[in-house]
Amino acid sequence: MNIASRFQTQPEEGPLVQITVDGTPVTAAANMTLAAALLAHSGEASRQTMSGAGRTAFCMMGVCFDCLVDVDGTPNTQACMTIVRDGMVVKRQSGLRGLGGGRGDV
Amino acid sequence: MSEVDLIIVGAGPAGMSAAATAAHGGLRVLLLDEQPRAGGQIFRNVGENRATRGWLGKDYASGARFVDALAHPQIATQFGATVWRIEPGPRVVWSQDGVSHVSDAPHVLLAGGAQERPVPFPGWTLPGVMTAGAAQILMKSSGMLPKDAVLAGSGPLLYLVAAQMIDAGCPPKALVETQTLGMMAKALQHLPRAVFGLPTLLKGLGLIRKIRAAGVPRFTGATQFEARAVDNADIAFSFSHKGRRHSLTSPLLLTHQGVIPSTHMSRAAGIKHVWNATQQAFEPVTDAWGATNVPGLHVAGDGAGIGGAETAAASGKLAAINVLHELGRISADQRGQRAAAAKGAKFRSRAIRPFLDAAYAPPAEFFAPNDATIVCRCEEITAGAIRQGIAEGASGPRQVKTSLRTGMGPCQGRMCDATVRGILSAVTGNAADIAPPRARSPIKPIMLGELAAMAPDQEEMA
Ligand code: FES
Repeated sequence: MNIASRFQTQPEEGPLVQITVDGTPVTAAANMTLAAALLAHSGEASRQTMSGAGRTAFCMMGVCFDCLVDVDGTPNTQACMTIVRDGMVVKRQSGLRGLGGGRGDV
Repeated sequence: MSEVDLIIVGAGPAGMSAAATAAHGGLRVLLLDEQPRAGGQIFRNVGENRATRGWLGKDYASGARFVDALAHPQIATQFGATVWRIEPGPRVVWSQDGVSHVSDAPHVLLAGGAQERPVPFPGWTLPGVMTAGAAQILMKSSGMLPKDAVLAGSGPLLYLVAAQMIDAGCPPKALVETQTLGMMAKALQHLPRAVFGLPTLLKGLGLIRKIRAAGVPRFTGATQFEARAVDNADIAFSFSHKGRRHSLTSPLLLTHQGVIPSTHMSRAAGIKHVWNATQQAFEPVTDAWGATNVPGLHVAGDGAGIGGAETAAASGKLAAINVLHELGRISADQRGQRAAAAKGAKFRSRAIRPFLDAAYAPPAEFFAPNDATIVCRCEEITAGAIRQGIAEGASGPRQVKTSLRTGMGPCQGRMCDATVRGILSAVTGNAADIAPPRARSPIKPIMLGELAAMAPDQEEMA
């Protein structure tokens, strides 16, 4: 399903970067947080919980951890605390990630 | 020997004003913040935006002066730096780009600010439901404007966000407010004192006038919030108002019930906390300077008790002045003289708090939501499950945590502690005896590898 963003975005000014989200190319302003870039792109969930429920960024300030995504192979990355970088490979997450990889392990 | 005299955690109004005051007094300062830039949430990205996004208002643009003051040779800043442990010493352990660092100094100022109070109701976990503060952060940091959003809850921030949305040309679809006329009437007794905060009061009235002039529908005294996902992932938001059920459909539902101090860091550092019954939150115990029971640790800003940006800036300054005194840079007399203006500012900016606290107090239904409501967002635990756990013998937050896993997800209770406490006190009736939940290091999740990499260092130091 393709769900329109829940936000109006301003015309881009300044430098842009290209990232991919589950293989789809997405353009974002260079100084944006990844959570903002995802929300600007689509109103869809950016992760699924253990029960399969969809979630997206909720607090935008590092408190709720509902914005967790896989960034360049590192799962459980807080998208709202991460600035986009050209070539970033982002994957939506489902369920919890196991030990040994990303944030949320300890 | 420490390389710095003062480590400040948090670059919001409190941390920034403390850094400038300390540096001007000759101290070497290390300022850490987990966000990418200085400003905190109130002045988020103001250094880049300045006055370019006029709809954010003059008060926001004025925050640039705090950011500018950080350009001082005695101030070193580190952003994207997440503090995950405070040790005696004091010593601060922080993580940046997947690498942990240890810094020590004779004094540490915790200025970690506040978080929005959780507003649990059925459907608050759906994509399309966010906090009003989150939407404001998107407006400040990326110029993203909420589409046709419904604002629901209560408190001054709700009016501010509504006014900013109106000025930006994307007015809210409606304001659904929980405060009642009765609460307003009760708050009026605090008005005489609030007169010291006249500018704030007038600003608030101006915001309400703007909302009215824009023709935004307002429902006050609303109860029983519920959100459902409908076609195109829109949110159908229903609530009761004057005995009737209403439903509004919108892509975005923004909720807010005021803010509470972020206390994970101060609790994990061993600072004593008390329950603030008026604001319904724990806060650290500090003296007039922000000093705590833990040697070397001060707390300032909203993390020391909710007071807003002006109070935060004043309290940061007071803490820095006290540190200057404790390090022998100024006498007690000089401390008193330098503090006079900040003390006055703190008094005036706090004068309006009792009025605001009474007028916009969060309703009980958010502390003890119905059984179907998810309380712990990380572990998807409902209020019903928590009530059952209590019925089976869990008598405090710790037992609820161990039997149900509430607060054991990555947010470590930031989203559910307040509600677990509310349900416990509603069931057991002993609100005053419920201790603050434990907070342990790492107070933010870090990678196991990162922890392992620093283990040898830690042992050497111990
Ligand atoms: S959106 Fe809440 S932690 Fe990122």
